[in-house]
Amino acid sequence: MSPAARHLWRGGEPFIWLTGGALALALLLVAGFLGLIVVNGFGLFWPQDVVRLTLTDGKTLTGPLVEREAIPGEAGQHRVKIKVANRDLYGADFQWVDETSIVRREYPTDVVVMERTEWGLLIGTIKEVREAGRAVATGPAQGAAELARRLPDAARARREIRAIEKGEVGAINHAQEGIRLALRRLEGQKRYQERAAKLAELRARQTATVVVAADGGKEKELPLIQVLGVETPNMMSFAAKGVYYVGRVWEFVSNDPRESNTEGGVFPAIFGTVMMVMIMSVMVTPLGVLAAFYLREYARQGTFVSAVRIAVNNLAGVPSIVFGVFGVGFFIYLVGGSIDRLFFSEALPTPTFGTGGILWASLTLALLTVPVVIVATEEGLAAIPRGMREASLALGATKLETTLRVVLPAVMPSVLTGLILAMARAAGEVAPLMITGVVKLAPALPIDGFWPFLHLERKFMHLGFHIYDVGFQSPNVDAARPMVFVTTLLLLLIVVLLNLFAISTRNRLRRKYAMSAV
Amino acid sequence: MTGSVQVAANLNPQASTVGLMEAPMVEIEHVSLWYGEKLALKDVSMSIPKHRVTAYIGPSGCGKSTLLRCLNRMNDLIDGVRIAGNIRIGATDIYDPALDVTEVRKRVGMVFQKSNPFPKSIFENVAYGPRILGVSGRADLEGIVERSLTAAALWDEVHDRLNDSALGLSGGQQQRLCIARAIAVEPDVLLMDEPCSALDPIATAKIEELMLELKNSYTIVIVTHNMQQAARVSDYTGFMLLGELIEVGVTRELFTNPRNKRTEDYITGRFG
Repeated sequence: MSPAARHLWRGGEPFIWLTGGALALALLLVAGFLGLIVVNGFGLFWPQDVVRLTLTDGKTLTGPLVEREAIPGEAGQHRVKIKVANRDLYGADFQWVDETSIVRREYPTDVVVMERTEWGLLIGTIKEVREAGRAVATGPAQGAAELARRLPDAARARREIRAIEKGEVGAINHAQEGIRLALRRLEGQKRYQERAAKLAELRARQTATVVVAADGGKEKELPLIQVLGVETPNMMSFAAKGVYYVGRVWEFVSNDPRESNTEGGVFPAIFGTVMMVMIMSVMVTPLGVLAAFYLREYARQGTFVSAVRIAVNNLAGVPSIVFGVFGVGFFIYLVGGSIDRLFFSEALPTPTFGTGGILWASLTLALLTVPVVIVATEEGLAAIPRGMREASLALGATKLETTLRVVLPAVMPSVLTGLILAMARAAGEVAPLMITGVVKLAPALPIDGFWPFLHLERKFMHLGFHIYDVGFQSPNVDAARPMVFVTTLLLLLIVVLLNLFAISTRNRLRRKYAMSAV
Repeated sequence: MTGSVQVAANLNPQASTVGLMEAPMVEIEHVSLWYGEKLALKDVSMSIPKHRVTAYIGPSGCGKSTLLRCLNRMNDLIDGVRIAGNIRIGATDIYDPALDVTEVRKRVGMVFQKSNPFPKSIFENVAYGPRILGVSGRADLEGIVERSLTAAALWDEVHDRLNDSALGLSGGQQQRLCIARAIAVEPDVLLMDEPCSALDPIATAKIEELMLELKNSYTIVIVTHNMQQAARVSDYTGFMLLGELIEVGVTRELFTNPRNKRTEDYITGRFG
């Protein structure tokens, strides 16, 4: 070794670079991952300009460009992917076009992008608006004005129909379930018929349609009630695009999904995720804290306790699907099955608790995360000075009083640290949920207006599973891909928010007691 | 008076002095203690007079803290401790198996070497003991807290921030808070295990001053490494060595005119 190299080595400089480099690499990976998600996720709701491509064979394609890539094997050649939408007319949402075959690109201002309740986007120019088959407005300009006038009514009617279908009819069905008296059932029947008649009437009244001309001379007559929104992206100002963007984001977090989850919002999934994490927290905290107290405060420290401790630590490394299998076998079949036999025997063979549900999924996750809480609590307990316990005992407090009044408050910040880690793990877990109660589309939220309001036996939606379902189980993967990113982003945001809440609680506790970081 | 006669009879012959014939609060009779197989106290007997400060001195590991912790049965908390002999506080045999240990500790307060306030507010620290005893009225607790903090010479410094965390106090204030906490339950005896070893000289002086004040109401037993401190604050001093109580006497006499050679060697700094 040369003197210079030896000097460098002795000075420790290379090691600093090595450690710093490792950290930088880790940060880079995380930043890249977040960047990918943020860019792809935030972009979804931004209205893109619609281009009309004229090809060498005279065909036209209209839609936003989504991708451009080199053609494999042909140097310098590129192709673009255009979202032509109109799935019902063309059969596919996307089309690849070689750039060499494009004759002209233009951005027509009369192109509208319609969001509708079925079949994804509709892109084309408005030909006419009809009322009961009779044209009331013709041409793009008149048609757009007429649409703008009529759409609020259509939206109101749609909401009303939906309210009747989902809310009131659901409520009547629910009431009938519990009602055994013929009289009451008759009354319920009457109400049901009334509502059904109203529904039919509402539907019959919606006769307005819009005709949209699409590429290739195709036309689509669309009932106005199916139109969710009409945009002309090529004419929108930046501010208008911003307003539209915010609206879409709100819709995304507050609406139910449509079109097998590839369109619409993810509200039920957000709700399910948050509720599951909360139930899990409520279950895991007492269990973990009590177990840790026994291990650290009461158990005689020895080989056995050490073995238990190692086993608990290793439990955190068991694949989560194993917990899922246990959840199915123990919670669902054994516990749930027993509950059904004891309390819901009239409903058998239809299971009530004997099938996957939010309670069992939460309990499975609680089991999965309990080692984290135990370890954090134990470390906190170990960090509490013996003098603090002795001070309490010397004042004549019993061990129980000491534990409850001195040790427990002092260890709370550590418990919350454990809970933060547990929540982060639980919110991101998917595998065990898939077999313990998560579904791709839940008919109802676990909380609603019907007694007993909290329905722990219900199946639920979850953002993590939603990502898997939309990204890999969807019939239309190309169209759904941006949803994967945006849902991932949302899941990360929720985990961060839950964490911030727990961290602020912990910091408040620490400030209150002016404790060091135990 | 039979008690004091018995005490005199049980005293280590070398330790019997006129001063110790005062009314005893605590009587230690032939106490031996083992940590597992290790003998930590060897047949210790003495009486501790009421409303006086009694100090134990001796080199590290001589058993003086162990003896102190026998008086409120804190040694019970350590696995593998075996104890023989009797300790009576007033008329109560504190090692009586029928006796609840918490009853003993309610009567014997303790202040530790390292100040150990609870991570709670100043008020809650002092109110902790009374709450354990079942005092729950806010007004009662406020009275007790004020009285205890005043007695511990801390009231003037903290009366306007009783709801602040006790851990924000200085070391000396924390130790006085621990004293206030201990006397809030009005114990008969106050044990102090090297209460000033972690404090600076000014805080130490305050605590020593406080001890002289408190001995009017409480019987104080203090363990200290600091012979000057023992000389300053105590009325009686016991010298311990290797688990044995070598000599007990009136403090001034023990320091100026020790009867035992080993005591003399220790206080003149010839060993230890």
